[in-house]
Amino acid sequence: MRLRAIRLLAVVAVPALLFAACGDDDDATDEAGSATTGAPAEESALEGDITVFAAASLTDAFGEVGEAFQAENPDVSVEFSFEGSSALREQILAGAPADVFASANTSNMDQVVEGGAASDPQDFVTNQLQIAVPTGNPAGVTGLDDFAHADLLIGLCAEEVPCGEFGREVLTNAGVTPSIDTNEPDVRSLLTKIEAGDLDAGIVYVTDVMAAGDAVEGIDIPADQNVTATYPIASLTDSGNPEVAEAFVEFVLSDEGQDILTSYGFGSP
Amino acid sequence: MSHRRPVARRARQQRAPWLVVPLAAVAVAYVTVPFLALLERAPWTNLGELVGRPVVTDALRLSLTTALAATGIALVLGIPLAWVLARTRFPGRSAVRALVILPMVLPPVVGGAALLFAFGRRGLLGGPVYDSTGFLLPFSTWGVVAANTFVAMPFLVVTVESGLRAADPRYEDAAATLGASRWMIFRRITLPHAAPSIIAGAVLCWARALGEFGATVTFAGNLQGRTQTMPLAVFLALETDRDAAIALSLVLIAVSLAVLIPLRDRWLTV
Repeated sequence: MRLRAIRLLAVVAVPALLFAACGDDDDATDEAGSATTGAPAEESALEGDITVFAAASLTDAFGEVGEAFQAENPDVSVEFSFEGSSALREQILAGAPADVFASANTSNMDQVVEGGAASDPQDFVTNQLQIAVPTGNPAGVTGLDDFAHADLLIGLCAEEVPCGEFGREVLTNAGVTPSIDTNEPDVRSLLTKIEAGDLDAGIVYVTDVMAAGDAVEGIDIPADQNVTATYPIASLTDSGNPEVAEAFVEFVLSDEGQDILTSYGFGSP
Repeated sequence: MSHRRPVARRARQQRAPWLVVPLAAVAVAYVTVPFLALLERAPWTNLGELVGRPVVTDALRLSLTTALAATGIALVLGIPLAWVLARTRFPGRSAVRALVILPMVLPPVVGGAALLFAFGRRGLLGGPVYDSTGFLLPFSTWGVVAANTFVAMPFLVVTVESGLRAADPRYEDAAATLGASRWMIFRRITLPHAAPSIIAGAVLCWARALGEFGATVTFAGNLQGRTQTMPLAVFLALETDRDAAIALSLVLIAVSLAVLIPLRDRWLTV
């Protein structure tokens, strides 16, 4: 029992000190200091709820990032809304109650910044694209050239969302005119149809193929045809809890956050 | 509809009880205000250019035809089902009714996924069918019709069932004593009596199908001219071009109102 308490203390105290050190908020240290006994006294003074709007491709990775962040800040609760970045941008500009925005491309973040909803975004990960096929590759897809075959069932993300934009860029780089059967509204729904074997191939992020585990297989795209997507993150101007929002952004950029993200296949910017 | 009680129809005009009118007004406002807000945001200056795009005309044509086809299928299958639910007793009837209206409560995306598991290329039924014939519902216009039917048919079944329950059974009894066959009674007595509820149900079903998004995109995918209906086009337009999305929504609303308003007073009296 005591051992566990000490371990807990170590887990929560270190980040608490870190945040206290980099924060400019006197209240934070006061509150932490004024509490009297037990482990909770050493916990981070951050408290409250934040909602993070994050690109659909971050679903699994941010799930773990969120858990780690909450483990270090037990009084904080992080909620996620994962969707296509453009849908999230639209919601943020319409005044949705979000505290942090993590976009899968720079253009959506730029529009949010232009709209005055965020400032000073920072690039936190990069991602590349890969061909995804159902396990066993029943259609025998070997590369981007197969995307031109009319008898294969080919899916891309819709060109309105980042993964669709990048996917088309890759195909253009390869000089392939695809025979598309569906333009999916986001990368997850594209992946679901590939996993189910309803599509023969699609272009998704490397991280998606990794996250899907055994359900799909990835086929690499030659480096000179591939595209690197840069993901920016920012706390939002209208956040109801700017301290926690900022702390979350810093956590994502910290070594610990980056370690989690790279374990999901993301690159560091 | 001459065999409906015309007196009952007209005699309903009366003074409203206290609070009914204000609450009704709140209900109207609650539904109207968002529409007005949409109109206020509408890009009136280049509306013509926005709705004249091929992507819009393709989506509108597809929406109208698939919603109509789904309503047709729902009529053919749904009226008999409503009759069975209203007029027969068998063990598990309430379970069947619950199952049949399940698509009304199920999130449409889940419905679409379920359709995929059933009729997809590796689905329960879709798999064997594809392997033997090469026929595939997903990513085809029939897939859109299938998704629409799945989501919208319950609206018809529920409406027609309550219409059949409300009908006076004595007419059917009288016809039976006069020697009419069961099929003749169904065709000449039951169906005409249920006509208002059938039309109401068909309209509800059509309207629901017209606005269908989740099941369609999950099951049938999204391709201009083949599976991209208006709601899908609106959703994707919203990603990049809010003006276009609003313009598209206005077209959808205008088409729905053009159908619903004339029908409302004439038929939707159930």
